[in-house]
Amino acid sequence: MATQTRQTDPLDSDMLGPIQTETMTLNMGPQHPSTHGVLRVVLELDGETVLTCKPVIGYLHTGIEKNMEEKTYNKALPMTDRMDYLAPMSNNLGFVLAVEKLLDMEVPRRCKYLRVLLAEMTRLNSHLVWLGTHALDLGAMTVFLYCFREREQLLKIFEKVSGVRMMTSYFRVGGVAREPYPTFYDDCRNFLEPFSDRVDEYEELLTNNPIYLRRAEGVCAMTVEQAYALGITGPLLRACGVPYDIRKNEPYSGYEEFDFEVPVGERGDILDRYLVRVAEMRESRRIAMQAIEGMPEGPLMADNPKVVPPPKEQLAHDMEALIHHFKIFTEGYSVPEGEVYQAIESPRGELGYYMISDGSPGPYKVKVRAPSFANLHALGEITRGGLMGDVVAAIGSIDIVLGEIDR
Amino acid sequence: MVTLLIILGKVLVGFGGLLLLAAYMTWMERRVFALIQVRVGPNRVGPSGLLQPIADGIKLMFKETIIPAQADKVIYVLAPAVTLIPALAAFAVVPFGDSVTVLGQKVDLVLADINVGILYIFAMAGIGVYGIVLGSWASNSKYPLIGGLRSAAQLISYELSLGMSLLGVVMIAGTLSLKGIVEGQAGMPYIVLQPLGFLLFVVCMLAETNRAPFDLPEAESELTGGFHTEYSSMHFAVYSIAEYCSMITLSAVGATFFLGGWRGPLLPPVVWFLIKVLAFMFFFMWLRASTPRLRYDQLMGFGWKVLLPLSILNVILTAGAVVFIG
Repeated sequence: MATQTRQTDPLDSDMLGPIQTETMTLNMGPQHPSTHGVLRVVLELDGETVLTCKPVIGYLHTGIEKNMEEKTYNKALPMTDRMDYLAPMSNNLGFVLAVEKLLDMEVPRRCKYLRVLLAEMTRLNSHLVWLGTHALDLGAMTVFLYCFREREQLLKIFEKVSGVRMMTSYFRVGGVAREPYPTFYDDCRNFLEPFSDRVDEYEELLTNNPIYLRRAEGVCAMTVEQAYALGITGPLLRACGVPYDIRKNEPYSGYEEFDFEVPVGERGDILDRYLVRVAEMRESRRIAMQAIEGMPEGPLMADNPKVVPPPKEQLAHDMEALIHHFKIFTEGYSVPEGEVYQAIESPRGELGYYMISDGSPGPYKVKVRAPSFANLHALGEITRGGLMGDVVAAIGSIDIVLGEIDR
Repeated sequence: MVTLLIILGKVLVGFGGLLLLAAYMTWMERRVFALIQVRVGPNRVGPSGLLQPIADGIKLMFKETIIPAQADKVIYVLAPAVTLIPALAAFAVVPFGDSVTVLGQKVDLVLADINVGILYIFAMAGIGVYGIVLGSWASNSKYPLIGGLRSAAQLISYELSLGMSLLGVVMIAGTLSLKGIVEGQAGMPYIVLQPLGFLLFVVCMLAETNRAPFDLPEAESELTGGFHTEYSSMHFAVYSIAEYCSMITLSAVGATFFLGGWRGPLLPPVVWFLIKVLAFMFFFMWLRASTPRLRYDQLMGFGWKVLLPLSILNVILTAGAVVFIG
């Protein structure tokens, strides 16, 4: 606690003397409704004004990166879901693309389209949770429930296609876990078609709301220089006006075939972050619709029996298939020596997988460049000199997932 | 003897009704929220969940009272009562119906018709904030402290405008008695003559009762509950009842000052009074469901820079009109 002496003596009397004032250190979290999980923030307050704001992380450390070294590639894959649990398929996608790059393997076009469709629906899922909790942090309760109403529909689709609501692990090296169920595309279409009306509904509650604008406009702004210095990516960087989106800059999984815009802001404040993400929801819907409409015919899995398990019905009468199946599920598949970095645009920013292979069936080293981890660094900078209410708004606008930060 | 019985009866009906209404406001709030948020709301306990407030009350009564080790125990225990008692007492001067004849006596449906009724209400509301400040101070914990400071600052800022916004009506009616004000609205309700005053009153009323978008002293997402963070069990419940009681009282004041009190065609006066109070309460809930929360500095700025000048302007305009037009 810093003690400062301030001359606040209106009567100019010797009896009062200088008043001793102290700043207050407030420990916010790890149990706090607005720290989005188990983030701890140590605030130094002068009244309501924030002097310093230090995020403290590590309360959700799970050792995922280290654990992956002990596992085969297929067994490491489900751990990626547990990092950013709001965007599991984005994490799956980054991992499988990295391994496929090491294997120098190309998946069929239909598989790429299916992955894009699901990755974009995952982005919707993640942005819906973000919008709801961000509004809740500012005291607007109803937006939260509207967002979760739509998210529930999404999770139902995920459950039907992968078997699990949140920890999907649906993407696999060389393809996806299984053929989507027959009415999958209809379900997606039924969800996506009215979705822009739903976004209008959220916008009605916030975008022109004078109280929201007062809380968001010009608050906790970040300059482009600050963003570059801190390694900020994703909607936060785009809110500063930089159109950096890996889907455009270094297309992966066939994103170059889709027609979409990269929304950017100007001021880099909370309002811009909000507007960018809302616009992204509309763009994601567009991409997903394109993926459904343009879904190519053809095989779903890569033609590589050493990596992709054969269809179940072949096992009964095909010796080769049985051997491959046995090998894949016992010792895994070997990946050529080398190292690789594969980045994708997760809902939160640049999600990168840096992987070293020593030729064995498991990775030698995995390092995940988690966007939330880099983005959280901005918290101290952007909240300095603001008020306590701004800290909560800032945490919400950064959109962190602690599972990804601590890994 | 009969007079005493009647007074006793009025007290029982008045305060009992107020407490019951306050309990059922929690049910109504949850149902209204559910309606707005496309949910169902409490519907398991009793028909349409109507026994829910009673179940909640029983549950809270049986919860353990936790008094933090560092708390100032006496003040900590007394503070909720300091909030509840004025919130109840303020209702005493609000007329909730026309005169009725009981046991051959003419009885006014108001607990105490005092000639400075509105001053009394403000005095009571002023005491109520002590409960919040004392409770937050006695908790000896940081979040309640910030909540208490916010509350004190907020109530001082908004009480001024609240008083000013009612002054126009007082000038037109020429009386401070709430009964007199209702009588003055026989022709038309004062909302017609005082539209600005009404708007100012509604805004100040929200701030005065710590309701959204001015619910900063509680601010769950910032202060984890604010002044009542450390409170549990019945102490917490008392704070919560006090909040709803003061909401009802201020709604009743609003109905009395601007909407003609218990006056209305066809239906009995008490029913009209209830309808008007519930309309205010619904507005409270509707706002809470749909607006974000203001920030502390914005709240203070709004109170001093917008509301107070406007309410002073309203007083000046009304005074001019009363003097020159009559």
